[in-house]
Amino acid sequence: MKIGIIIEREYLTRVKKRSFLLITFLAPIFFAALMFLPAILMTQAEKFDEKKTIAVVDESTMFIGKIDDTDFNTFIYLNDDIEDAKGLVKEGIYDGVLYIPATTLTVPTNAEIYSEKQIPMSVTSHIRSSMKNVVERQKMLASGIDPEIVKASATSINVQTIRMSEKDGEQKSFSEFEFFLGLFLAVIIYFVIFLFGAQVMRGVIEEKTNRIIEVIVSSVKPFELMMGKIIGIALVGLTQFLLWGVLTLAISGIASTFLPTQDVFSAGTIMNEPIAEMGVETTDSGTLTEIFEIINSINFKDILWCFILYFIGGYFLYSAMFAAIGAAVDNETDTQQFVTPISLLLVIPMVSSSLIATAPDSSFALWLSMIPFTSPVGMMLRIPFGVPIWQVAVSVAILYITFIVFTWLASKVYRTGILMYGKKVSWKEIFRWMKY
Amino acid sequence: MNFLEINNVSKSYGTKKVLNDISIKVPQQSIYGLLGPNGAGKTTLIRILNQITMPDTGQVLLNGNPLTPNDIANIGYLPEERGLYKKMKVGEQAIYLAQLKGMTKKEADKRLRHWFMKFGIASWWDKKVEELSKGMQQKVQFIVTVIHEPKLLIFDEPFSGFDPINVNLLKNEILELRDKGATILFSTHNMSSVEELCDNIMLINKGEKILEGSVYDIKQRYKNHSYDVVYRPFDGTGETHLTVNSENPNELISDIISKGELVSFNEILPSMNEIFINLVSSSNQ
Repeated sequence: MKIGIIIEREYLTRVKKRSFLLITFLAPIFFAALMFLPAILMTQAEKFDEKKTIAVVDESTMFIGKIDDTDFNTFIYLNDDIEDAKGLVKEGIYDGVLYIPATTLTVPTNAEIYSEKQIPMSVTSHIRSSMKNVVERQKMLASGIDPEIVKASATSINVQTIRMSEKDGEQKSFSEFEFFLGLFLAVIIYFVIFLFGAQVMRGVIEEKTNRIIEVIVSSVKPFELMMGKIIGIALVGLTQFLLWGVLTLAISGIASTFLPTQDVFSAGTIMNEPIAEMGVETTDSGTLTEIFEIINSINFKDILWCFILYFIGGYFLYSAMFAAIGAAVDNETDTQQFVTPISLLLVIPMVSSSLIATAPDSSFALWLSMIPFTSPVGMMLRIPFGVPIWQVAVSVAILYITFIVFTWLASKVYRTGILMYGKKVSWKEIFRWMKY
Repeated sequence: MNFLEINNVSKSYGTKKVLNDISIKVPQQSIYGLLGPNGAGKTTLIRILNQITMPDTGQVLLNGNPLTPNDIANIGYLPEERGLYKKMKVGEQAIYLAQLKGMTKKEADKRLRHWFMKFGIASWWDKKVEELSKGMQQKVQFIVTVIHEPKLLIFDEPFSGFDPINVNLLKNEILELRDKGATILFSTHNMSSVEELCDNIMLINKGEKILEGSVYDIKQRYKNHSYDVVYRPFDGTGETHLTVNSENPNELISDIISKGELVSFNEILPSMNEIFINLVSSSNQ
């Protein structure tokens, strides 16, 4: 089969390009870096964070002994004058001095820290929350409220949304996770269609401007050439994604062995600290079990199948259109008037993503997931929320029928366009070619 | 025996008639010239032969049978608008194009290396096309056109872009291919090459056939009975050149030899160039 020869060329010439190799191997390093950089930075920052000793000059006397030492900071209470304490800091005996002036008010709300070097945020926030606790307790006692009762009455409420579906009985739903999963899949499809669809278009323009097209269509049918190109480039895309996946996993696997897990965890706790300070209690259920619950609640196998179906259908539909555009124009600058309206079709569901996610069963979302030009992205946004099987079936059927019709129309435009040089083509002209 | 027959082929694009009832017969192992001004319909006719476009009416017979997709392997086509993939290596690309004509990779490689040697371009095999000059690229294209040893070769303006040395090389190759059994159809504006190479020609203008026949017959048909005469008059005034129109050359000769000594007597035949210009401009009126 000659289409096989064409696919082979389209695939090999692209995969052997230096830019392909570069992007394929550099991107996973970038992805892995994105995953690990925060953790690495955290642990690194911690290492530089030596123990700090901070002197406290408390003229109000309210906070003496009330600011606890932490892993990184020790607080020493002085009876000295603030100016003397500053002198001690200059001598390097203390890293800083916390000065709480005496006030005429019953409760002091101001404090100052003097230091030679910048005092980390974590230290000031620790001081602030310690002082706040003391002051609040003081105020409660003054009003005759037992602080222990207040502490006991602190409650955190957990609201879980549970969706009722006929198949699996009741299921916990986690709409945020589903939104991001849908968005992630939709972005991949969107990205692939534009990235590789544009490659199809550029490939066709290249053949036209190189004037090689006539030699080739005297050997193969234009339809074979068009499909060979589309399939070849699809395989390039799949190869790239596969390599990205494998390499990212491999690199992050290697990287994680170099990072002591202990450090990564403690880095995580530091991040959580301010949240805990704000009074939000982490529930006993634990984040880990919650994640497992979310993962179990989603039918990944069905989602994967849908993703593959829409990925292929969407890519083929759009790249057939891109191929037709490439055939109709003489150079890349002329493509804009045709590409813009077509890209808009795909941008619509993308910009409506949050709208779809907040109401995945609205008629707007339904339409976007049925219209073949928007369904590859529209349906992906809906699918993690659970979509009735008949809707998926109808939408996929529409997509594939449109894909066949458009490929047929595109091949007509393609057949006429590739042999037409030096002519500015309009939409009207393109529609006329479809009738030939 | 006619290897290629085109019978009553017509083709329109929209309301524009590009080819109107064109018929030609190309005998086996001959060179057939397809002549005509720009926009006459030559390229459309050639594309029909290559099955790139289909005729509205009429048919094409190759070796007595209607054209089928399998005939692609029997036809070699060098289009006027020709090019190669710029980023691809020369050898790789030649193999690819040969494969599209139905050859196996191994066979294509073997024959291509032979041709590259013959043309003295073996060192280009691993070069990228963009590193080659236009003339060099044309050589590669010529090789690719003939590599699968097609029975019918179609050249559209084969000599454009070649220097005189390479034009000569190409002419010899074309004649050699014919002698080996190929039937050749070629379209050109270069009338001197038509006289040199073509056995038969057809002249089309605006989609209509306006002239057809062997080069010899056509020249005979369009001669205007003028003769180039050189003689030395008896009065000793030296050699005299004359261009004379006469319906009766014998009378003319006897007339001249009565006046002096005949040095040379040649019939002036019109060049294909003159015939071309005259016919096209008169059919345009």
